[in-house]
Amino acid sequence: MKLAIQLAYKNLIGAGLRTWLNVIVLSFAFIIIIFFNALLQGWSNQAKEDGIAWDFGYGHILNRNYDPYDAFTIQDGHDIIPKNLENTTPILIQQGSIYPDGRLVSVLLKGIDTNQDILKIPSAKFKNTTAAIPAIIGKRMAESANLKVGDEVILRWRDKNGVFDASYISIIDVFDTTVPSIDAGQIWLPLEKLQKMTNLQTQATLFVVNKNYQQNTLDNWKFVKQKTLLKDIEDVIATESIGSAVMYLVFLLIALLAIFDTQVLSIFRRQKEIGTYVALGMTRPKVVSLFTIEGTMHSIFAIIVGCMYGVPIFIYLNQSGITMPDFAGSMGIGLDKAIFPVYNPSIILLTILFIILASAIVSYLPARKIARMNPVLALKGKLQ
Amino acid sequence: MNKTKILNPIKMKKIKYILAIITIATFGFVMQAQIISAEKIINKVDDNINSDTQIVVSDMVIHGKRNDRTITSKGYSEGHKKSFTEYLAPAREEGTKMLKLEDRLWIYSPSTDRTIQLSGHMLRQSVMGSDLSYEDMMEDRKLTEMYRSKILSEETLNVRNTWKLELVAKVDDATYYKRMIWVDQERFVPLKEELFAKSGQLLKKTTMSNIEKIDGRWYPKKMNYKDMLKTGEGTDFIVKEIQFNPKIPVEIFSKGSLRK
Repeated sequence: MKLAIQLAYKNLIGAGLRTWLNVIVLSFAFIIIIFFNALLQGWSNQAKEDGIAWDFGYGHILNRNYDPYDAFTIQDGHDIIPKNLENTTPILIQQGSIYPDGRLVSVLLKGIDTNQDILKIPSAKFKNTTAAIPAIIGKRMAESANLKVGDEVILRWRDKNGVFDASYISIIDVFDTTVPSIDAGQIWLPLEKLQKMTNLQTQATLFVVNKNYQQNTLDNWKFVKQKTLLKDIEDVIATESIGSAVMYLVFLLIALLAIFDTQVLSIFRRQKEIGTYVALGMTRPKVVSLFTIEGTMHSIFAIIVGCMYGVPIFIYLNQSGITMPDFAGSMGIGLDKAIFPVYNPSIILLTILFIILASAIVSYLPARKIARMNPVLALKGKLQ
Repeated sequence: MNKTKILNPIKMKKIKYILAIITIATFGFVMQAQIISAEKIINKVDDNINSDTQIVVSDMVIHGKRNDRTITSKGYSEGHKKSFTEYLAPAREEGTKMLKLEDRLWIYSPSTDRTIQLSGHMLRQSVMGSDLSYEDMMEDRKLTEMYRSKILSEETLNVRNTWKLELVAKVDDATYYKRMIWVDQERFVPLKEELFAKSGQLLKKTTMSNIEKIDGRWYPKKMNYKDMLKTGEGTDFIVKEIQFNPKIPVEIFSKGSLRK
């Protein structure tokens, strides 16, 4: 085995540029696989952290009639806030329409407690305003409705009996968040104000809980765990993973094809060498393994070369992050201005194993031909 | 002398009481007369505009920012609770049908060959991009059931003498808290209507014109609906043909008629 490795190493180094071209292409595939996985991991971590900070907290307690995925349930999905519900903050959700620049925009009205500190939504800003109906909105909402701090816009809503009401609201703050589920198409109002506007005094649609919340059974309310709430993000990342996997598998395929091609060429051109090995007493399986090791060694070289130029790039990107284009945040997914890749050791190890295994397979496949070679003809260098 | 002195204040009190009673009674009578009068006007308008059954062929002209769209439809209705509309033109909307039975509304789309029931927030969407919402079409209670009405003043509108009526909701669930209606004093046709939110904000305005006598009734052949919070010229509803009290087959107001 040691001899095979030594021979394979010498042969590869001896092949010069042909080896290095294969190694470089394979190292690209290696680096790209690790980079994309790290990028998705970084995105996933950031989206989850922001989701917890801005929207999910440590879970939601939803009114049994309210389904976040069904807009039809908003109208009746609320109830009186249960007593002694600690470590939670109530949110009331209703529907309305605003008319920026004279065009109708349907919005979700969300009432939030001004004293809450579970979510990062800047609800404390409601305390320092004299506006009759103060409102805060996210950056996406501000952009789509062409609104800014200080603007007044007419809001139309209905009370619990369906009676229309309308009044001007004042935009007192525009917050910047990566979480679209609390931003796009939504207007945040003080909870008590929204309760009064809609005649739904002391009512809420859901509660966001903090980490000290002790789960207990509540009539008409159901607890949704943080993990369940984060599933949507995981599903999006999983879908993205499949998309990017296709891309880097194409790269890997090109690299493996190059190794395969090299192997076929080697076996064809080095028939005399193969004949000599057999004549000197090497068994055919040993010759096959020699060529397989030689092909597989491309991947070892690729990993070493990849590390040489990849590690500094990874360290740099880990510190500076990868800047996302401006439109990325408005695509409906939680993307920050920059994503910081997270390099998972298990993914790196798996990638290394995968590349070594894949290159071993593509090296072995053409090498099988050696087993069927006639050593005499091989020594003579006759085509077989 | 003493007796006179004692009686005079009593007499005075009596007179005051009588005057007070007369004043209250007169005021009450006037108020009562006004309530009856305003309600009578609304009922007369209702009798004039509505009939047991109706078949209307109409154009709905939706004024957009860049261009106008005209949608032609044929509508069948029975009272306020049942109606069936079939869109005839343009080609894009042709074959779309809408059925309203009491508080339920279904729409059939020929392109998807599907019937969907609208409810909740979908009813608040506009009808074919117009200033009318499906919900506006769903209101089926009589105005007199939902509103307390009074005559505010008499005004001249487009050289017609009108009563300006104020209708304030007397039930909790009236969609619009207040309505103002200008009714032609001679023809008992509304010429203008304004709908207000609880806060007093004007939300919608309807203007009626092209009043013509059809089958002995005065009827506005053109109505402009305008969402006052939106920019634009609103939506025109132009009546091309109308039949009062025709016989409409019962099966028209069934879900089966949507796919026919």
